[in-house]
Amino acid sequence: MDMKTDKKKLGLKEKYKLLTRDLGWETTYHTADEVFPYVKYEGIKVHDWGKWEDPFRLTMDAYWKYQAEKERKYYAIIDAHAQNNGHLHITDARYLSALKLFVQAISPGEYAAGKGFARLGREFPGVGPRVACQMQAIDEIRHAQTQIHAMSNYNKFYNGFHAFADARDRMWYCSLPRSFFDDALSAGPFEFMIAIGFSFEYVLTNLLFVPFMSGAAYNGDMATVTFGFSAQSDEARHMTLGLECIKFMLEQDPDNLPIVQRWIDKWFWRGFRILGVVGTMMDYMLPKRVMSWREAFEIYGAGNGGALFNDLARYGVRLPLEWNDAVKALDHMTHQLNLGLYQWSFGTAFHTGIPSDEDMAWLSKKYPDTFDKYYRPRWEHIKKLKEAGTPFVNTGLAKLCQVCQIPTPYTEPDDPTALCLRESEYKGELYHFCSDGCQRIFHDEPEKYIQAVLPMPQLFQPPLGGDIGAWMNWVGLKNGVDNGDYDGSEDQKNFAAWRATATSNQ
Amino acid sequence: MQIDLRTVNITPRRQTFDHLAWRFGDKPASRYQEGSYDIQAEENLHYRPTWDPDQQIYDKAISKIVMADWHALKDPRQYYYNTWTIARARQQETTEANFSFIESRGLADSMSAALKATTLEVLIPLRHAAWGANMNNSFICGYGYAAIFTQACMFQAMDNLGIAQYLSRLGLLLGDTAALDAGKAAWVDGAAWQPLRRYIEDSLMVRDPFELFVAQNAALDGLLYPLVYGRIVDDFLSPQGASAVAMLTQFMSDWSVETQKWVDAVLKTAAAESEHNRALLCDWTKAWSARAASALLPVAALALGGDATAVVDEEMAAFKTRLAKTGIQL
Repeated sequence: MDMKTDKKKLGLKEKYKLLTRDLGWETTYHTADEVFPYVKYEGIKVHDWGKWEDPFRLTMDAYWKYQAEKERKYYAIIDAHAQNNGHLHITDARYLSALKLFVQAISPGEYAAGKGFARLGREFPGVGPRVACQMQAIDEIRHAQTQIHAMSNYNKFYNGFHAFADARDRMWYCSLPRSFFDDALSAGPFEFMIAIGFSFEYVLTNLLFVPFMSGAAYNGDMATVTFGFSAQSDEARHMTLGLECIKFMLEQDPDNLPIVQRWIDKWFWRGFRILGVVGTMMDYMLPKRVMSWREAFEIYGAGNGGALFNDLARYGVRLPLEWNDAVKALDHMTHQLNLGLYQWSFGTAFHTGIPSDEDMAWLSKKYPDTFDKYYRPRWEHIKKLKEAGTPFVNTGLAKLCQVCQIPTPYTEPDDPTALCLRESEYKGELYHFCSDGCQRIFHDEPEKYIQAVLPMPQLFQPPLGGDIGAWMNWVGLKNGVDNGDYDGSEDQKNFAAWRATATSNQ
Repeated sequence: MQIDLRTVNITPRRQTFDHLAWRFGDKPASRYQEGSYDIQAEENLHYRPTWDPDQQIYDKAISKIVMADWHALKDPRQYYYNTWTIARARQQETTEANFSFIESRGLADSMSAALKATTLEVLIPLRHAAWGANMNNSFICGYGYAAIFTQACMFQAMDNLGIAQYLSRLGLLLGDTAALDAGKAAWVDGAAWQPLRRYIEDSLMVRDPFELFVAQNAALDGLLYPLVYGRIVDDFLSPQGASAVAMLTQFMSDWSVETQKWVDAVLKTAAAESEHNRALLCDWTKAWSARAASALLPVAALALGGDATAVVDEEMAAFKTRLAKTGIQL
């Protein structure tokens, strides 16, 4: 029986290599170019896929084991949450606007990311990156599903959640994240990796995930915060994959640097535009706030992101081109976007509202240089209009940015009193942009962006022909139920009545 | 006696999301339904893929199979991420227990050298075949249409990877790294393995997700698993003293039976949709399964020698009977 001692003792790294990388072989009946047809056209040069360092070493048996444990815990908690009317424990039902926006705009993005990673899980010639991408593909399916399951019980009692699938494809503000993910999916495998794996997962996830999930915790939303805790270790894996991939590209060939840098510039700005929505949620939608958008950006954006770019400087990578524009926008962006959402709230499947005096005191403390000067007077004016019975509604349709799809609500980086509008002519058509960043992105790939679906012009085309009621039916929006001011909404009334039943003997 | 605790009773305003109410009526939806129907974007796709501008980002037309509603291709196992992971975690525990049972008792060493050699010769190159299957299922998930169909393909891809890894561990247990090296050499150069490797490499060229589903999950794996794990491991090797191998490959046997139910349901629904689909599925299945049978013959012969032809024919007949139940006549 001493035969057993003859066995070579394998190190973890070596064993993982045998269980993954060693599975691949060089095809001979078809060339590598035939088997992996999409890997060269972007111009990224890879000389040796073997140099890929596996960012984490997880075999399927371990994956199943860990993930099943997390799944069991997660569903036990959301079952209990549903069974015990956990929705009555949130701070206030106006908090739910953040969740509505999340399930309409972000959860479909998780699914789209999974789709993209499944493609990379087939298209990258390296076995190591393929396995890592495949794991991320199923993780993203997980996230989309667990988020929908967490929202399911809220949907039973509150408005605005019920038509999230229609909203994803048809709602004007959902075309912001949709165009982001569609842009990534229509890009080649390496750019997708920079867009989602690096920019979204690495640079922006902290800003999306941490404030959002902390907001859920602060506002008593057990279902969502449990999702957050459960997804945390998945996200950590995704971040290391994104970083490894960018380092791999940069180390393989110096010619890759300008291509990678262009993608970093593009996807930083694309991502920053999405974050405007998250920031607005933090500053305006949470009854109990965690921190301001500005503070979050200082910690997770400037702090962590800045450190990351310092680390990448040795490869010649510099900060994204529009980094300074982003920093300049910090004190204005959420206020401007929320003013926009409020005036167009007849067309949103979530509620908005005028900040209370207490909210405004908080905002002026967090934004001492700008809130009282530029934004408080507007809210005071809007408040007066509402008290006079003539609430401010803007039924004019906004000009959309051809790239990020935001209705150009933002001001010039150096002048908060002038709207920032850019336009370019391309092949005899005029295109509009919200910023220098978006205009630059357009000119890098005009043939791509002229294809963009713009929801506002679409409303005026057949079959809707400008009919707002028909548009509401088409997007699944119930007028007077899902949209408008939280003050006076069904959600507000029901929450108050149900909470009274649950906490008193009336 | 049952004791019912009371909770505050609030009448829900609705039972489920609109898209599920539209399909099934306003009643509580299962988590499978919530996680599977209509979660992929369908309309207003913004840009054409730069990697192939003739396609849409999500494109039904890249398959010749035509479905009025791709969500008809549901999974009888009702696997969404949660149920799939938990099912596999349970199987993983059994497999782990089997491995440690065999390791701790040195059962692998009690196999004769000849038996061990045959086992390794037949099973170890299959880790590469499973890896090819993984690539194919990742493709079907990536380019196929509707989450209800494609998520199951991603689960299948990860199962394929799990199987490739279990086979690798089996190789390490019975023959150390030398067994893996020999298996790979046989896969790349050994005459017995070339038809199968060619089959896999040809399938990597197929870019119609549904044809690939037929080539990989129906034709190849529909023959390979019953042949290798049923006829060779269970019926041939085990009685000679290799029951340890049957324990180490229990996952593959159970998995094959389970996943066939899903494959059959998908084929049956697609075939029932139209004569166009049925004819296409017949052609594809016929062509790919004939190739799969001839590719597997030299592999079977490694263990079964002269009996291989008869055994492969029997498995082909069983496969035809199985497919006939889905409405596909070979």
